Amino acid sequence: MVVRENFQEQLDEIKAQLLELGSLAQLAVDDSIKALKNQDVEKALEIIDNDHKINELEEEINEKVIWLIAKEQPLASDLRRLISALKISTDVERVGDLAVNIAKSIIRIGDKPFVKPIEEIPALAEKANNMLREVLSSFYEEDVNQAKDVADADDEIDNMYGRLVKELLELMTKYPDSISQIQQLAFICRYIERIGDHCTNISESVIYVVKGKRYDLNS
Amino acid sequence: MKTIMDEKKVQKAPRKEVEQKKDGQPVYSIENFNLWYGKDQALTDISFDIPEHQVTAIIGPSGCGKSTFIKALNRMVEMVPIVKMSGDIKYRDNNIFDNKYKVEDLRTKVGMVFQKPNPFPKSIYENVVYGPKIHGIKNKKVLDEIVEKSLKGAALWEEVKDRLNENAYGLSGGQQQRLCIARCLAIEPDVILMDEPTSALDPISTLKVEELVQELKKEFSIIIVTHNMQQAARISDKTAFFLNGEVVEFSDTNKLFSNPSDKRTEDYITGRFG
Repeated sequence: MVVRENFQEQLDEIKAQLLELGSLAQLAVDDSIKALKNQDVEKALEIIDNDHKINELEEEINEKVIWLIAKEQPLASDLRRLISALKISTDVERVGDLAVNIAKSIIRIGDKPFVKPIEEIPALAEKANNMLREVLSSFYEEDVNQAKDVADADDEIDNMYGRLVKELLELMTKYPDSISQIQQLAFICRYIERIGDHCTNISESVIYVVKGKRYDLNS
Repeated sequence: MKTIMDEKKVQKAPRKEVEQKKDGQPVYSIENFNLWYGKDQALTDISFDIPEHQVTAIIGPSGCGKSTFIKALNRMVEMVPIVKMSGDIKYRDNNIFDNKYKVEDLRTKVGMVFQKPNPFPKSIYENVVYGPKIHGIKNKKVLDEIVEKSLKGAALWEEVKDRLNENAYGLSGGQQQRLCIARCLAIEPDVILMDEPTSALDPISTLKVEELVQELKKEFSIIIVTHNMQQAARISDKTAFFLNGEVVEFSDTNKLFSNPSDKRTEDYITGRFG
């Protein structure tokens, strides 16, 4: 069997860089959870400062993919891998942006004590971050079952998000002086829920790579 | 007042007609076709239908039998003395190997364009009218019309209309190949077989021939052997992947190149063997 070694190496390199991108996004989400728990504005600023690394790496991956498509004219699963790499990098980069959005909300909340303990919000974020870790692993292993499990886990996040937002809205009537803080907390929940959606998109991309068909797992 | 949109509508109209034709009868039906060169089996149990008014690409590594197959379609393969065949190839419901079916009649309906342009050492005009003259057309006016129509059909008319009496060898390789296509069109065929028609051409000439193929499929059914998989992906509607004399996969081109069913097709088109 003749293998296009150089092409394979470059595909592997793109895969490795996507995992690196995923790790950076995971770290950003992790830091945002810590910053939220501790109301740590310094940490939140750090997340915003570091976002350029994610953006730059995403751009580098995309350029590599485009160049590889242009010069190798890949077909079938190779083409699907490269197209999915473009989509996955976009989804992961958006996760990075959502961590930045969370950080901005943390800064807006500042050091004013929370009107109510917020354990459930970090728990929601943990779930989203677990999804991200699992989906990146399914991408690495090209494991369809694992990808499907990740998409299923998103339902849990959606339900929890719905419940949390409802509670937060109720708090608004109870603590009208803290509406701004509660609104930021609701935003944070929304950002976390969006991270789950991007992970589900990545699941779809993984399944597309393996099966060659698109499945809508977001519905 | 006529608007640009109106013009677009007018231009688009014929395409719809072609799409309607797509569901017509197959132009060729191949059933359990086998072919041997002496003791060596070159084609094994080939069975599939070639649709009309579409471009069907034949791909596969060297020696897989794709040229043998395409040459069987117009019975050119019989020129090799040691060839033996079994099974059926039906062209428009006629078994082409039937004794009653004349090979001349088949070749009037099935034109062929080869890998290297092979114009006759004659004028451009004489190249185009060669076939029609053999078929007994002598009227100068009729022949003039055939030349203009065929050269226009092959997208060559504008480039050569002022020098029709010059020798065809003076044309560039790409122009010579389009002249061969014009020569093929002059006998008003039903099917055009193309055996790697652009492999000897530069990218611009290749592009012209590829665009021409898209135009020609409105009126003709085209079967093209190509080593260039991107070309097959660009211009064909159906693709057959041949390997070791067998058809491994025959399906819609976009399916075959984006998500092939057979591992061997996947390996071949992603360059992992061959």
